[in-house]
Amino acid sequence: MKLWWKSGAPWVWLNAGAVAVSIIMVVGLIGLIAVRGLSHFYPSEIIEFQVGDPELGLGRMVMGEHVRSETIPVPVARDAGIAVPPELDSDDLITRHLIKQGNRDVTGNDFAWYAELQMSEWQAPPDAMRLERREWGDFYGYPIRVLENGEVIAEGEGLWEALQSRVERANTLFRELRRIERNDVGVISSEMEELRLRERALQRDPGIEPEVLQAELGQIQERQSVLQAEFQTLRGEIDILRRELYRDTLVATVTGGQEVQVRIGDIVRAVQPNSLSLSAKVVEYVQQFWAFVSGEPREANTAGGIFPAIFGTVIMVLLMSMIVSPFGVLAAIYLREYAKQGPLLRLIRISVYNLAGVPSIVYGVFGLGFFIYTLGGSIDQLFYSERLPSPTFGSPALIWASLTLALLTLPVVIVSTEEGLARIPASVRHGSLALGATKSETLWKVVVPLATPAMMTGMILAIARAAGEVAPLMLVGVVKLAPTLPVDSSFPFIHLERQIMHLGFHIYDVGFQSPNVEAARPLVYATALVLVLLIVVLNLTAISIRNRLRERYRAASD
Amino acid sequence: MNTMTSALRTTNHRHALQDMGKTTFKVRDLNLFYGKDQALKGIGLDVPANKVTAFIGPSGCGKSTLLRCFNRMNDLVDICRIEGQILLDDEDIYARSVDVAELRRKVGMVFQKPNPFPKSIYENVAYGLRLQGVNNKSVLDEVVERSLRGAALWDEVKDRLQDNAFGLSGGQQQRLVIARAIAIEPEVILLDEPASALDPISTLKIEELIHELKEQYTILIVTHNMQQAARVSDYTAFMYLGDLVEFGETNTIFTEPQKKQTEDYITGRYG
Repeated sequence: MKLWWKSGAPWVWLNAGAVAVSIIMVVGLIGLIAVRGLSHFYPSEIIEFQVGDPELGLGRMVMGEHVRSETIPVPVARDAGIAVPPELDSDDLITRHLIKQGNRDVTGNDFAWYAELQMSEWQAPPDAMRLERREWGDFYGYPIRVLENGEVIAEGEGLWEALQSRVERANTLFRELRRIERNDVGVISSEMEELRLRERALQRDPGIEPEVLQAELGQIQERQSVLQAEFQTLRGEIDILRRELYRDTLVATVTGGQEVQVRIGDIVRAVQPNSLSLSAKVVEYVQQFWAFVSGEPREANTAGGIFPAIFGTVIMVLLMSMIVSPFGVLAAIYLREYAKQGPLLRLIRISVYNLAGVPSIVYGVFGLGFFIYTLGGSIDQLFYSERLPSPTFGSPALIWASLTLALLTLPVVIVSTEEGLARIPASVRHGSLALGATKSETLWKVVVPLATPAMMTGMILAIARAAGEVAPLMLVGVVKLAPTLPVDSSFPFIHLERQIMHLGFHIYDVGFQSPNVEAARPLVYATALVLVLLIVVLNLTAISIRNRLRERYRAASD
Repeated sequence: MNTMTSALRTTNHRHALQDMGKTTFKVRDLNLFYGKDQALKGIGLDVPANKVTAFIGPSGCGKSTLLRCFNRMNDLVDICRIEGQILLDDEDIYARSVDVAELRRKVGMVFQKPNPFPKSIYENVAYGLRLQGVNNKSVLDEVVERSLRGAALWDEVKDRLQDNAFGLSGGQQQRLVIARAIAIEPEVILLDEPASALDPISTLKIEELIHELKEQYTILIVTHNMQQAARVSDYTAFMYLGDLVEFGETNTIFTEPQKKQTEDYITGRYG
């Protein structure tokens, strides 16, 4: 035993154990998120059963997807209003199932618990259908017939194909409609807004000649009427599209036999999961996942996709990198290469290092107080005074979110760059100086290129921290639902003053602020998975750049 | 007292070197301090042009410090203070009006450890010229080739000029650094133990190169290796604890040293 202690084996075991625990935790974390998040998109079976009192016989039909089961003690079940047979003890457990029954417009709530006692055997009818709708959540039922302008088009044979082709047509129309509303109408309304502001600025200008004013106002009015006419044309187009969109109707029965009409323009996709083969299910799965990643959120973020959040996160992180890298690198170069080393510099350095430890919400408060109110407010006063009191830059915005994060990650970049510069051997600097280079020539041509891998390390750490940050962003520019992306086709293409959506905040919002907890739960995991993947992708990009740089400057740092 | 003996010594050395022709550097009463410590004590000597002058002595004797005075690399050390004069072509290199970068273009330097830049072989050699604003491709091509030939490296690298310099062996890197130094056509080349980090074959190549280079350049070399000093140099200076003990033709120093200290060092009694 003593020998075993002396051999050092316990230490090896201890260290290996620590590594094992870390690996289990990481794998467990990622695994849990991945399984919960990814399984959401797999088309699960639609089941149908009857519920009722076992004494009185079965009554109502229920149809939907099984979400999960749990066992509860009898008293709890009695409290929940489940009719438990009196012969059961209070020690007994009964099983209940959570069923996603959809049809919120028909039944009122789309998730419900059913005790196994109340339920008949469940089965999976092959023609059971799930409709994903733009409003009112999912619909479960049986398709009966497709109507076009009230006329029956398909019934029985060929019904499903007709439905699919019409859903596809409706989706195309819907996208077209959105494009017109967003781009064409957006362009007109932003120009109208500009004209209105110019008019206001002219009227408030005290030094302007009356004739000039009249002429200018006339021009503005002329342009306004042109735009108005264009807008009317677009309105006409939109009306036609909308009528086309809602031309077709699907008549379906919900379980129990009630007939319901669903406008095909409201359907995003229609699936009959019970009759899908495995390969078709895989295809469906991939399509669902793609729709999640590339689509826009619907119904208070509890359905639809997260594309705006992904886009917002990426653009914010990129902007942050563009701000923080020059600042951090220049500051580090000054601190390491030019500043006189002494107690003052030590104090500055300690302060910078300690900034990394300040809680991030404090940065958020600072960003709100300084960037938004002071800086943004001044910008509005100086350049956008005609729009006041409605703020342009004086409210939370993409630029302020990026700036706040840049401030937050500045210490990391400074520290790594400084360390990188300190590692450059003096012999290389001397070699350059001995050839008649000045200090700054040496710095920019030899030293800084050699320190780029270290700068990239700083960027990697900064990106990892910034992409996952949520708390300060709530104060400085991230919102639950942004109406537009910060990048679009209207000038100046990148709109720094717009608010953005962010994956981290989206998780918080869907998880905690959602009106429909059960519907939101899988989306929380899926969004978390996407966030982790996004950070991994951003980091891998930065790491591969760094490794390429390292390869190039390999021998110098030996 | 100290100053007097060193002045006396200086006259002796000058006497000894009367027939060596043109001089490049004239060092007069050079004292160098690191803070309070005096590292060089009243050095005075004349460095002959187009010859190889070797500085030998035990570690810490100040020979590298003295070498670094010739291109003012000691300026980089904050606590370093210099008294006295070093004249290059009769102009004091420590005068206020001297442009240090200009001086370093005239006085090139090669260090103990090869220190190529993180660039291609070509760009390493072209670096000094580019600093001077020469960007003409044909001029650069010509200078790069001439310098690499001058450093006996051309045949080994002519097919991979655009490769990274770090891919070269240590000996090749050192010759690349020499090529880089001669690319800007200095008058003087300072070599600070140029072969101490190299294997014997590379060392031999560097020594042969020194022989060839002295046709065009004045060479000052610091070395630990007395055989090397004997092989490559025309003149040798022996330094000890910051003093220039003896300076003269290499043959004389190694065969009949005037001072006991020199003899002890050369015969290996200390050092």
